[in-house]
Amino acid sequence: MVATSYYLVLSAILFGLGVVGFVFRRNVITIFMSIELMLNAVNLAFVAFSQALGKLDGQVFVLFVIVVAAAEATVGLGVIILIARQRQSLNVERVNLLKL
Amino acid sequence: MSAQLAVFFLLAALAVAGAVSLIFARHPIRSALSLIVVMVALAGLYLLLGAEFVAAVQIIVYAGAIMVLFVFVIMLLNAGEEERTNFSRLAKTAGLPLAVALGAFLAAAAAKYAPSSGTGTAAASTKTLSTMLFRDFVFPFELTSFLILIAILGALVLAQREG
Repeated sequence: MVATSYYLVLSAILFGLGVVGFVFRRNVITIFMSIELMLNAVNLAFVAFSQALGKLDGQVFVLFVIVVAAAEATVGLGVIILIARQRQSLNVERVNLLKL
Repeated sequence: MSAQLAVFFLLAALAVAGAVSLIFARHPIRSALSLIVVMVALAGLYLLLGAEFVAAVQIIVYAGAIMVLFVFVIMLLNAGEEERTNFSRLAKTAGLPLAVALGAFLAAAAAKYAPSSGTGTAAASTKTLSTMLFRDFVFPFELTSFLILIAILGALVLAQREG
């Protein structure tokens, strides 16, 4: 039996690493993958709480988070393709105008 | 050390190594493959927690569908190595310490207020999960189908060529 706090600490570490990647990377695709890493960290916390409390609500939430992440990935990658086409670059520092 | 704890630390080390590799890999395709490692390790942790269905969905939807989409876009755009530009001074001096502080704060709070894992006997069968999903959460479930529909439309509108 692994204590719940171990899972939560692992979740916090993964979330922190996701934040570091989000802040420090310049490639827009890598930034997007850091966001996915953060979502995964939160999912781990949800499942750990679900097991600790003996309720399944957390697991249902994880399924919803996965659906939303899939939708987000679809739209986000569409935007990324558009940016790459307009700017000829994936560096976020070259995308400094909201206007295309 | 029990076998479960050993498996937990193995998978946790794999997940953290994958996340660190995601951050430091210079090529986006390596970041994507590292993220797949993280997701597979998390699926193993879900199995350890007794959430078989979530583990299967994690592999099929996340590591399968979403990451294929990522790898597809990386290859479509022919994304090369990230060009090195100067960090802004604010990000360099304040960004990393603040991010580490955030992670440490979250970890400390989680370790302090974690419920004592006792029950563990959660009747986490896929059957009860599906009953819950289609009875208690049926309205949000239907809303997600609208969300996906809108996402499909949005992606089509964004990606089509003008003119």
